[in-house]
Order: sequence, then structure tokens, then C-alpha cells
Amino acid sequence: MTLQNSRSGLTRRQLLARSVAAGAALVVGPGFIAGNDAAWALETTALKPETMATLVQMARDIYPHDHVPTEFYVVAVKGYDTPEAAPGIEAGIAALDAAAQGKGFSSYIGAGWERDRVDLLRAMEDSAFFQKIRGGLVTGLYNQKAVWPLFGYEGESFSQGGYIERGFDDINWL
Amino acid sequence: MVAKFDQTDSSVVVIIGTGAGGGVLANELAQKGVKVVALEAGGRYLPEDYVNDEWESFGQLAWLDPRTTSGDWRVARDFSGLPAWIVKAVGGTTTHWAGASLRFQDHEWKALTTYGRVDGANLLDWPIDGAEMAPWYDKAETKLGVTRTGDRPGLPGNNNYKVLEKGALALGYKEVHTGRMAINSLDYDNRMACQQTGFCFQGCKWGAKWSAAYTEIPAGEATGNLEVRERCHAARIEHDDSGKVTGVVYFDAEGKEQRQAARVVCVAGNTIESPRLLLNSASAMFPDGLANSSGQVGRNYMRHVTGSVYAVFDKPVRMWRGTTMAGIIQDEARNDPTRGFVGGYELETLSLGLPFMAAFLDPGGWGREFTTALDSYENMAGMWIVGEDMPQETNRVTLNSEVKDQFGLPAPNVNFSDHPNDIAMRNHAYKQGMAIYNAVGATRTFPTPPYPSTHNLGTNRMSENPRDGVVNKWGQTHDIPNLFISDGSQFTTGAAENPTLTIVALAIRQADHIAREMSANTI
Repeated sequence: MTLQNSRSGLTRRQLLARSVAAGAALVVGPGFIAGNDAAWALETTALKPETMATLVQMARDIYPHDHVPTEFYVVAVKGYDTPEAAPGIEAGIAALDAAAQGKGFSSYIGAGWERDRVDLLRAMEDSAFFQKIRGGLVTGLYNQKAVWPLFGYEGESFSQGGYIERGFDDINWL
Repeated sequence: MVAKFDQTDSSVVVIIGTGAGGGVLANELAQKGVKVVALEAGGRYLPEDYVNDEWESFGQLAWLDPRTTSGDWRVARDFSGLPAWIVKAVGGTTTHWAGASLRFQDHEWKALTTYGRVDGANLLDWPIDGAEMAPWYDKAETKLGVTRTGDRPGLPGNNNYKVLEKGALALGYKEVHTGRMAINSLDYDNRMACQQTGFCFQGCKWGAKWSAAYTEIPAGEATGNLEVRERCHAARIEHDDSGKVTGVVYFDAEGKEQRQAARVVCVAGNTIESPRLLLNSASAMFPDGLANSSGQVGRNYMRHVTGSVYAVFDKPVRMWRGTTMAGIIQDEARNDPTRGFVGGYELETLSLGLPFMAAFLDPGGWGREFTTALDSYENMAGMWIVGEDMPQETNRVTLNSEVKDQFGLPAPNVNFSDHPNDIAMRNHAYKQGMAIYNAVGATRTFPTPPYPSTHNLGTNRMSENPRDGVVNKWGQTHDIPNLFISDGSQFTTGAAENPTLTIVALAIRQADHIAREMSANTI
């Protein structure tokens, strides 16, 4: 699998033209999804691209951070795109879509409001599938070093000599 | 010159575990000329090896052998295979500890006398007291270089401390300071001063925090009297027909079974592994496990009344900068039953990095209630509650015959449920903690549930009467004179204080006793 950035050769216009689904990710062709803003794209190998797109949306709905770009959610779940993991993911996402259809939506992603999608997730939050996805995200999303600066977290400081001369006590609003 | 002893050398003292108890005991005995073989289940990691990345460090240092949990504590639901967050390495959990070094208050040595009988609690007085322990605490504080003891100044307060201090003073608290810490505020004992780097839990890369890994162990080895065998996991302790222990069977780094003969055996594997080893050593003569005539081995498991309070503000705090446990409020540590519970608690600053905050703020939580908290991570301050929990006979470590470890040995199960006194204390502490932050303008507060246990105590308790506990006032088992317990499992009750300083003081005292008794040929 490859995670590509906007220099992958596909223009935003091409991506949009090939898209078949709305949501956090666009399915742009066989085995291929991309971000709405064309900032990233992912080739799937074992999962259907629609499944990966729904999984990415599910990940964002579980841990929604509006200032965190979708590519971090893609990184967090792309490990499920393997022959071993795919059947369980396909089944879980199919169940999620079926639940959405039972509520009158075309699919999970077809539920436009986050509130409606979260209701669908709440109804299945004790399932092994939901807990597997949620549990995996705790490390898959928040343990990405590249996401830390988006939360202000600075990570290790030893290489810079700690904070003894770099603001360990610089609070100025108390 | 590092010693190497023959496995058939029955003149050595074998110590199992090299942390605050075993590591200190090993060095103290070696300094007195006693020959010691220390068996350490983990590998050797030094400051250059420590990783300032929470999950990577966890993978490097944490004790992750199979364990199971039961009881109504939330850890059994959220972290069912991880009852405790402790270390498997030379130096044990002194690699991970925050460094808080507090003496027991005098009344805490006499919990039964002070608090009276509490329904459901197995309270007991220690057979020692504050006067007995004072000189040993002096030695321990000097060894660890504890700040605000001797002539050692306190550490400077970081951002997280300043928020705590301001809120505490606003509530009228008086005993508020940057703690008595085994973290150098000035260069001490050939170790440098704290550089306010954070990541105290991941091993101090400067060596500013005391850890047995780079103090006691090399000092003991330098005497030529101490051999540390790394990656050697004790399986059982053997005894002869007279009931005296004779040696320890262990699995070496290659998984091969070995045996080390011993004149004396000291068990310091932490409060889960130590009773497990005694129980796994059951024999025809001791069918309920070694030193278990009282039936108390594995019982009275304590973990302190813990919990955290985090709060977010409308401006940055950056709590992760600097010492993790950067300050303390001690006003609530007193015993004042008018609060609705016996015993007391300390409030100490704490911070977690973003990865661990995501895992521990509200385990299992999701959705915007959860993520908006993390969105304010930079504006977050945090404190940890550490209070005295009630010993209960049913809170216990047992062998799980269904689950085996990598050596085929029954894994330990840790059963724990809060006592009503524990719940009342935690709720009081949550309320006070939230009030402290609200006094500084918190926009949101989070009464956060306890993490997997770091303070594991009580499963081989000390007692005056052999009927009531496992060891006597020297940590010597009531049943077997040449078998000692040298870690926090010998705690009769837990007190409100972080336990390491007391474990160290008891180990120094025990070394003195063992050396004396060996000279007198009584063991």
C-alpha cells in the first residue's frame, strides 16, 4: 500500500471527477481513495476502497479532531488493509452500512450529520468490531509523532537539553 | 571487579529482584562483605538506553508477562491483562518511579490502633514504629539524595506545579511545596542535577533521579561481592527436610532451568511476583506455599487510593515540561475521620504525554466529550491522588491455573475491589482536586480513574504475631528463618505516602539484620 501526497500526479480536479463517495475520504478508482482536498491518497490492496473510505470516516467519528487532517486517520487504520484483517473489516463495515440503511440512510457515509453517524456507532459500541477499531486508534492515531504538534505536545526534549532553559516555568497568566 | 559465584556455592545470599528493595539490599549486603547473587528477570538498561517516548519506553521496560485480573476495579475492565505498571529490568521500578520520597506519618505505623476496627478491612499495626524507623529513614534519604532533607534544596517548580500551588493556596492549604524528591536539585553522588526534561517515568536520561540501576547495582558490583544475573526468572524456592530454604530454581536468558544454592533467600520481586513465587514453591511440607502458615500470602493486596484530576484552562500550561511529579499538597494527608473516611491522601502533580493521556484520561472513552479534552491538551494541568487504602483479605494475588507464563508457570491473578473507605477518600480527593483547579479558572475538570497500579503493597504482610502475617519486624518469614521478604509486599498497611523511601529504609535495616545474624550463625 502507498500513502501519497498531492504530488502523486493526480490533480484535485481529476480526483474529484473520479470520486464515488462523499465523506472524509473519496473513492477515486479501483483500489484507490484520496482526501477531499487531494492532500493525500491511498491505494488499497485487500480492502475495497469504499470500505477503507468508510473506515476512515468511522475513525474520525470515534476520535473527531477538527484540526487534524484526514491523512492521520488514514495512517491510523491503513494497517487493516491486509489479507488477514480484511474479512473482519469488510464484515464490520457491511454491518455498519446495514445499520445505517435500517435508519433510512443510503450508507454510513451517506448519513450527513456526525450526530447520526455517532448514533449508529453508539448502538454498536460493545461489539468486538467497534472496540477493535477504537482500541487500535488510541495508539494508531495519538502515537503518531507527526500529529503531536497539532495538539501542542512537544515530545522528547532531552536532545535539546530539557526545558531548564527553555520554559519549564514560563507560565505567565496565573 | 564483578563477582561470579558457583551455582553450588551454598554460602551466598540469593536476592530475587533488584529494585528499591532487592537492589538496595544487594548493595548494602555486598558493602558489608556478604556474598550475593541477585536474580533479575529483566535486562540491564542505563540512561543512554532510555527512550523518551511513552509507548516505546513502555515496550522496553514494562513487566508484560501474562497476568489476569478480577474484582470490581475498573482496571480489570479497561486493562485486564495489566494490573500493574511496573518495570522488568535491572533496578526494577526505580527506573520508572517519579521520585517522591516521603516518610510515613507516625500514626500510620499503627493503623489499627489509630483508626480502630473498620468493617471489611484487615487493619493491623506494624510491629515497628516511627521512632524505630527514623535512623533508617535518615540513611535512606542520604542514599537517595532526597530534596528538602539534610541540606539539599528543593527543586524549582514547573508550570504544572505553579498552577497547583496557586489553586492550593487559594483554598487555604498550607503544606504546598515542590516535594521531597529523589531527584537532584544540585549535583549529588556523582549524578547531575535535574534538567527539567520530563519523562521521569521513562527512566531519567540524565541520571538526576535516583535509580538502583545506576547507583546501588554498580556500587555493589564494585565490591566484588555481588553478581547480578540478568534475564533470570525465579521459578521456585527449594527447601530441605528441616524446612530451611536451600536454593532457587530459575530460568536463564535462554529459558534453561538452573539452580542456585543459597544460605539465605530474599524475595523482592514486587507485590505481585513475590507472593506468586511463594505460592509456586508449594511442596509436600508446605502445600499452601512457602511461609504461608498464616494463610496471608497473597492477601491484603493494596494499591493506594489513586486517581487523577486533570483540568483545562483558557491558556497554555504545558504540564509535560519539567519534573513529572513537580510538587505536592500534604494538608489532606492527616487522619481526620470527620471527612468521612479514615487515613489521608497526598495530592501530587502529574503529567502524561499525549499518547498516554489518550489511553488513560478516560479509558474506553470516545466521541467529542473525549476528544475536546485532548484538543486542549496544551492547556491542561494534572495531579495524582495517593492515599491510604484499606487492606482487605479478599484483595489478593492468587495463581491462575488456567493461564501460564512463557515458562509454563501459573500466572498471577490480581483480584481487587475498592473498600467503601477507599471510595469515600477518592471522592473527597476528586472534589478537592477539582476545587483547586477551579480556583485558578479551570474551564473544565476531569476526575480521572486510577491507572494500572504502580504502588503494589501488602501481599506478604509484616506482623507481630505469626498468626496475622507472613514476616516479622525484620522482613524474616515467621515460618522459615532463612527466607526474607525485602520489597513492598511486606507492608502491613499502606499509609498515604509513596512507598519507595520506606521500602529502601526497610532494606537498609534488613541488610544490617541479615549480616548480623549471619555473623552470629543464627541463619
